[in-house]
Amino acid sequence: MEAAAAAAAGGGCGSGPPPLLLSEGEQQCYSELFARCAGAAGGGPGPGPPEAARVAPGTVTAAAGPVADLFRASQLPAETLHQITELCGAKRVGYFGPTQFYIALKLIAAAQSGLPVRIESIKCELPLPRFMMSKNDGEIRFGNPAELHGTKVQIPYLTTEKNSFKRMDDEDKQQETQSPTMSPLASPPSSPPHYQRVPLSHGYSKLRSSAEQMHPAPYEARQPLVQPEGSSSGGPGTKPLRHQTSLIRSFSVERELQDNSSYLDEPWRITEEQREYYVNQFRSLQPDPSSFISGSVAKNFFTKSKLSIPELSYIWELSDADCDGALTLSEFCAAFHLIVARKNGYPLPEGLPPTLQPEYLQAAFPKPKWDCQLFDSYSESLPANQQPRDLNRMETSVKDTADLPVSTQDVTGDDKQALKSTVNEALPKDVSEDPATPKDSNSLKARPRSRSYSSTSIEEAMKRGEDPPTPPPRPQKTHSRASSLDLNKVFQPSVPATKSGLLPPPPALPPRPCPSQIWAIMNSVAVNICIQVVEWSEQVSEAELLPQLSRAPSQAAESSPSKKDVLYSQPPSKPIRRKFRPENQATENQEPSTVASGPASAATVKPHPTVQKQSSKQKKAIQTAIRKNKEANAVLARLNSELQQQLKEVHQERIALENQLEQLRPVTVL
Amino acid sequence: MAVCVAVIAKENYPLYIRSTPTENELKFHYMVHTSLDVVDEKISAMGKALVDQRELYLGLLYPTEDYKVYGYVTNSKVKFVMVVDSSNTALRDNEIRSMFRKLHNSYTDVMCNPFYNPGDRIQSRFVCLGRAFDNMVTSMMIPVC
Repeated sequence: MEAAAAAAAGGGCGSGPPPLLLSEGEQQCYSELFARCAGAAGGGPGPGPPEAARVAPGTVTAAAGPVADLFRASQLPAETLHQITELCGAKRVGYFGPTQFYIALKLIAAAQSGLPVRIESIKCELPLPRFMMSKNDGEIRFGNPAELHGTKVQIPYLTTEKNSFKRMDDEDKQQETQSPTMSPLASPPSSPPHYQRVPLSHGYSKLRSSAEQMHPAPYEARQPLVQPEGSSSGGPGTKPLRHQTSLIRSFSVERELQDNSSYLDEPWRITEEQREYYVNQFRSLQPDPSSFISGSVAKNFFTKSKLSIPELSYIWELSDADCDGALTLSEFCAAFHLIVARKNGYPLPEGLPPTLQPEYLQAAFPKPKWDCQLFDSYSESLPANQQPRDLNRMETSVKDTADLPVSTQDVTGDDKQALKSTVNEALPKDVSEDPATPKDSNSLKARPRSRSYSSTSIEEAMKRGEDPPTPPPRPQKTHSRASSLDLNKVFQPSVPATKSGLLPPPPALPPRPCPSQIWAIMNSVAVNICIQVVEWSEQVSEAELLPQLSRAPSQAAESSPSKKDVLYSQPPSKPIRRKFRPENQATENQEPSTVASGPASAATVKPHPTVQKQSSKQKKAIQTAIRKNKEANAVLARLNSELQQQLKEVHQERIALENQLEQLRPVTVL
Repeated sequence: MAVCVAVIAKENYPLYIRSTPTENELKFHYMVHTSLDVVDEKISAMGKALVDQRELYLGLLYPTEDYKVYGYVTNSKVKFVMVVDSSNTALRDNEIRSMFRKLHNSYTDVMCNPFYNPGDRIQSRFVCLGRAFDNMVTSMMIPVC
């Protein structure tokens, strides 16, 4: 092998770097790496040491992408990497042939050992290069699923290990096998212990991803999803009050945690802290953890995650297991988890993973009443830094498990084991659960449709009932009529029953008869004046007409033409009377409108003047007339002030009514 | 099994249409389009009295030489049209009814998705809604292809 490598090295690079001397372990490891990188480039040569024949430009090359990723995983500074690439000849020849690759790897090892990056360095015996497994080379997001297939950095390990992983992966793609994977890593047959073994808490995503098709190396982007064991403070700390900021912050925090986060390798498994976070979000949308979030509310919430609508709808399709248009707590957690996964670059699964099934989630985080002990033990099994208050919160996050009580029992047991990371036992049970659950979900489909409607109506009823109508305000002192208006009731939109009562009883009409009374008074006054005037006259004819005239105002039913006749029949009347005539006419024109003028006027009608006095009496009459005019003036002035007052009041009422109308208007439009 | 399945909205534009023999698709589109008239006729004939009494399954709309067209309409005037091969004599009415029922259920599931706006096409090409619907339709049409 050495010879082959040397020959290859020698044959491949004429003016390149000097031939490599690789140890057995190195050879194997490098070839593995190379195969990986080359294979990633697109169906390259199989594993194993490349043959000399193949060393020809353009045939066996490792793609620059994976190679770059691998180099970066070595955690050397970029400058060093540039140097290495230059030295190994890749830049010169333009591709990473096997020789170049091997030389580069050797140089990396040298650099990691602290030796300067020189050609001479590789001549000596060096440990194998170390590649950090936890980092995914800074790439978090993967837009195109096509690129994800095995293109990420591959951790060098032997094919035997790979096979073992493949086997396990085939069993269950999504179940992580922490302990089994640990063991091969702990004692790799040929890879020396100086593999920078990431502590158990760090990711093995690469190991699995190499064998995975569906879930490639971006598993380690899973890190952001999982709250770290050591920094759980970040987790609970990311539960702010507002949805949007919380959502955004959650994504950013999760990315921050990438570096030193620990996670279960399972990308579709929800950890305790994540679960708590989801539950809090659920509670912020819907206070009752055992009821539903309606579709529109959830839509608004999830739209904030800035995923595209088709993706969101697909996530909904996956997570709403009973297809009722509403999300229970478990469904919500599943949906949220899928969204988070998608945001971090995981492709969405074809079907809901078993760990995200609502029944599974319910079992994982069961109800407090019959699972308290389970839960306590469950929490103990979790990493030590789980905060005790999680316990309390989990107890309050309840979902009615009316669906599959039997299966939940099984799954509960499974889940405990799984979380203790001995998955193999749980695997068969979970797998058997899988076919059961879709059937059950199908059978449930018919039922929940009514449930959603009832739940939404209950929610609405709850919301309506939440705000009991406030007591009506105390009536205002000034406006007595306003006391009849119950303004609060008027503006309470949630009390439909009192719609009829919303419109306040119309204020009592301003006393209509008032003006008529006024006019009546005026009429009577005018009549008085008339009478006074008439008293002056000494014409008997007028006296005759007087009764008529006096009677006319007293009788409300008097027709105006007759009055006018009466008036016109008095052309020879004294000019003084003419002064009053317009007044008379005015007052008498008002007469038809007045109804109650009769009694008023009647009271003031004097009996027919019987005696027509002469000038001596005229003086007296004038004086009395003046006096009475003054009285009439006073009366009129008083009337005027009263009318003004009433006018003001009417104005106020009008304003109040208009305000009321405006406030009522939006309610009535609905 | 069905050769072509179509979902038509209330305003008589297609929400979803799929046929198995991918060639000659236009013929099926045309058949579905012509069947809409028959559907409307049946609806108006029955629907005058009480909508509740009107049965959702419309039955055979019209037969052609090669195909038979069946119709089904929901209460919201969304129509499902199915074209089956005439040579497939084993298909009975009950089976057609059950197929329509399944269609209806899947359609309701699509509706339940809050991200689906009624009136949108039921797309299932890429990762989006309608995946389940499409799968269900495929299951109805697989034997033919």
